[in-house]
Amino acid sequence: MNHDAYDDNYIRGILNSVKSIAMVGASPVNVRPSYFAFKYLAQRGYDMIPVNPGHVGKSLLGKPFVASLADIGHPVDMIDIFRNSSHIMPVVDEALTLSPPPKVIWMQLGARDDAAAEKAEAAGLKVVMNRCPKIEYGRLSSEISWMGVNSRTLSSKRAPIPTQGMRLSLNRMSVGGGATAASDRAAKNKSEPT
Amino acid sequence: MTDRLPGFSTLAVHAGAQPDPTTGARVTPIYQTTSFVFNDADHAASLFGLQAFGNIYTRIGNPTTAVLEERIAALEGGTAALAVASGHAAQVVVLQQLLMPGDEFIAARKLYGGSINQFTHAFKSFGWNVAWADPDDIASFERAVTPRTKAIFIESIANPAGSITDIEPIAEVARKAGVPLIVDNTLATPYLIRPIDHGADIVVHSLTKFLGGHGNSLGGIIVDGGTFDWSKDNKYPMLSEPRPEYHGIRIQETFGNFAFAIACRVLGLRDLGPALSPFNAFMILTGIETLPLRMQKHCENAKAVAEFLAGHSAVASVNYAGLASDKYNKLARKYAPKGAGAVFTFSLRGGYDAGVNLVSNLKLFSHLANVGDTRSLVIHPASTTHSQLDDAAKVRSGAAPDVVRLSIGIEDKEDLIADLEQALGA
Ligand SMILES: Cc1ncc(COP(=O)(O)O)c(C=O)c1O
Repeated sequence: MNHDAYDDNYIRGILNSVKSIAMVGASPVNVRPSYFAFKYLAQRGYDMIPVNPGHVGKSLLGKPFVASLADIGHPVDMIDIFRNSSHIMPVVDEALTLSPPPKVIWMQLGARDDAAAEKAEAAGLKVVMNRCPKIEYGRLSSEISWMGVNSRTLSSKRAPIPTQGMRLSLNRMSVGGGATAASDRAAKNKSEPT
Repeated sequence: MTDRLPGFSTLAVHAGAQPDPTTGARVTPIYQTTSFVFNDADHAASLFGLQAFGNIYTRIGNPTTAVLEERIAALEGGTAALAVASGHAAQVVVLQQLLMPGDEFIAARKLYGGSINQFTHAFKSFGWNVAWADPDDIASFERAVTPRTKAIFIESIANPAGSITDIEPIAEVARKAGVPLIVDNTLATPYLIRPIDHGADIVVHSLTKFLGGHGNSLGGIIVDGGTFDWSKDNKYPMLSEPRPEYHGIRIQETFGNFAFAIACRVLGLRDLGPALSPFNAFMILTGIETLPLRMQKHCENAKAVAEFLAGHSAVASVNYAGLASDKYNKLARKYAPKGAGAVFTFSLRGGYDAGVNLVSNLKLFSHLANVGDTRSLVIHPASTTHSQLDDAAKVRSGAAPDVVRLSIGIEDKEDLIADLEQALGA
């Protein structure tokens, strides 16, 4: 699996199929990227679970924090890891002890651990690294276009006006899966992101 | 199934636009409104805190303008774009993200005269110091690099002479210096040259020219290539450090490979204020739909006119990179194989007076200070756009006293040649 650039259909498949997402490293501080992503994904109808041992007893947008993946107590579809590259492996190890294991390991923008990815893939999980699920959802739905961002998708269909909790169609025509983008080439040439 | 990738002309018509969610209107509506209602207090707070996608106030973003931004980002192969009121505004907003007072940037000497003025005088008063380099001498860029250098700025096809800049080795100088390369791609448009594919990190345009294409609307745009790592060293605090304006958000950490476009929007446009009118965005968008067709015709006509002038006895020389004999023809074939653009200069044997005479004798060409219109245009740079430069600087930037600049339109080329012929003979 090439983790420098993802085909849109791969990301689309993941975002269309998962329903519950445990976010490891979720922050209650409302200027942190994890807070942004948590809030957005909840708005788009995902069942979000904040995982952060430092905040047990509090809740994030009405969802109680749990200390670890084991404490969730029910199966989750995806683990979204908001930790530095050096803290990924223990989370993946823990995820693989869950029964049933999650279907997807997603490492946040800037985070990448190829060994951890290989281990998860060997166990049959899908892996995304160095991407933000909020940005990818916004891009494939074109909601991110409000900010002048290149969604790299086209559609001649009329889109609904999004409301709270509404899932959006990600089924637009892709203009380039990513392999052609200069930004992906640059990311590949860059030293390991941290 | 892998998606097939649509071509440039398809993107020029479709990218960024889809039927209006409320009415189904197929053409992008002109959202001529200053402001947008919030759903509730939380929605408002999410928008102001940059947590949600959506509209607040047209100085920060507008749905008509957003379509224009995404379309040009797609055509340039960038990650995002920000439209502003003019090409000059784009340059200010870009450099405001990169330079602090006392910092420097390197600029190619061959630039639009207005940019030379902006860099030399207006920017100096902000404490941004320009160091000039010669685009025909790559080593002059290397020599200009200092520890305070924050960016390199060039034009892909340089105004006024239509010379082609060797982008790749200059991008390499920028990469080695750890600074972004900014390319003004106004005269080429992404149809002829896509600077990001050649190593540029940021592209700016005056939309006023070929992109809008009809001489009816001012506009400018900044395209983020998504290629530069702003947090590598501490050189670009606007992008890498917590921003007090947004309660400590770090722009690159939050927005990844389109962080530069976001910084330009929320730190530049929001606070400096040069917003594009939604009406202008609409006019420019409509123009872009025919960009490929127009550029083909502009280039075809320009080549025919340049060939005619090159064979005329009153003409001393023609600078058009599309001519096989031209100094820049090799670079044109490399960077702009579809055509060398439609702005070029020529000089008259009769010098300054012959130039003034020619301009007054033309009947179809319009004498005015713009380029990139459907109409053919003519100007005498030494007495107009470049008049504030001293004589030596005029010559260095390609605007010597005997030089006339043309911007060739999309009329019938026979009529353009006939007009020049009668004016040269008169
Ligand atoms: C190459 C180039 N860059 C920038 C500009 C400035 O653009 P505007 O007039 O839209 O501010 C011009 C205008 O002539 C130009 O030709």
